[in-house]
Amino acid sequence: MLITCPYCGPRDVIEFTYQGDGNRQRPQPASQNLDAWNAYVYDRLNPAGDHNEIWQHSGGCRAHLRVVRNTLTHEISSTAFARGDHNSVARHRAEDKP
Amino acid sequence: MVERQSPLEPVLHPGSHGDFEHGVEIILSETRPGSILQLAAWPGEEKTLMAGIHTITGLTLPDGAGGGVTNGARSVFGFAPGKFTVVDEAEGLATAFADVVTPAIGTVTDLSHGRTAIRIAGPKAEWVLAKFFAIDFALPAFPIGAGRSTMHHDVFAQIQRTAADQFDIYVFRSFARSFWKALCHASEEVGYDVQ
Repeated sequence: MLITCPYCGPRDVIEFTYQGDGNRQRPQPASQNLDAWNAYVYDRLNPAGDHNEIWQHSGGCRAHLRVVRNTLTHEISSTAFARGDHNSVARHRAEDKP
Repeated sequence: MVERQSPLEPVLHPGSHGDFEHGVEIILSETRPGSILQLAAWPGEEKTLMAGIHTITGLTLPDGAGGGVTNGARSVFGFAPGKFTVVDEAEGLATAFADVVTPAIGTVTDLSHGRTAIRIAGPKAEWVLAKFFAIDFALPAFPIGAGRSTMHHDVFAQIQRTAADQFDIYVFRSFARSFWKALCHASEEVGYDVQ
C-alpha cells in the first residue's frame, strides 16, 4: 500500500503510523457531557468503503495527514495535511458544544 | 570545545574492502561537520526563516518540498513542512542563528552531537542506497541539493544529494555504527573504499 504524503510524495505504508478514525470529534477537555465522551471513545462508523482516517508520516516528515482510504480495496483517494483541520474546523466544533 | 568522539571509530577501517579487484565503485566516509542544526518555523513564518538561513549561511533555499542547496562547506535542505536541516563544517552555527531566528519566527535545535553524517559516493551510490530505502534516487526525481527524510527499518535517516553521485546521510548517533556496518555489507559486492 502506498500513501502519497503531500510533502514527501508516494511512500510505503511502513513509514506511516495509523492515528485512528478521522471522523471523531473530541469534546472540550473540561466537558462533562458523558454522551459526547462516549461517542468520541467508542462510536465508529466502520464503513465498507471510503473511510476518513488520520495517519502520521512518522518515518518521514512526521506530519499528521487526513487520508481517505477504501476499507475494501485499500485504495487511497485523497491525502492532505491535518494541520488546517486542527487549527480551524476541529477547534470551532469543540467550541460550539461546551 | 570538547573533542567529539565518533561512534564509528571502532568500525571505520580506511582502505579498500569487498570485491574491489574489479574496481572500487563506492566511497564511504564520515564527514564530521562541526554543526548540525534543525530549524523549524511557526506556520506562516516559513519565508522569514528561509531569509534568516540566507542571512547566516549565504545559501538560498529553493521553494518546494525537500528543496535544498549545498556549497560544500555548508548545506541546507527541507525535510518536513517548515523544517530545515542546516549543516556547517565549522562549529558555532547555533549561536549565529540564535539572534536571527527569534522565538516569534521559530526554533533552533542544535543536533551537532546527536547526529552522525555519513557520505556515500561513487557510480553505484544510487544502487546501494536503493537497497535500503524505498524512494526514487534517480537524478530527475532527487536533484542535487534536495533532501529526503525516510527510514531503514527503525533507523530514521535524512538524506541530501550533494553531487550527482554523492549522498550525505544523517542518522541518529546511537544507530550510526550499526547503520555504517550495514552500508559496508551492502557495498561489498561492488567494492568500496573507506576514507
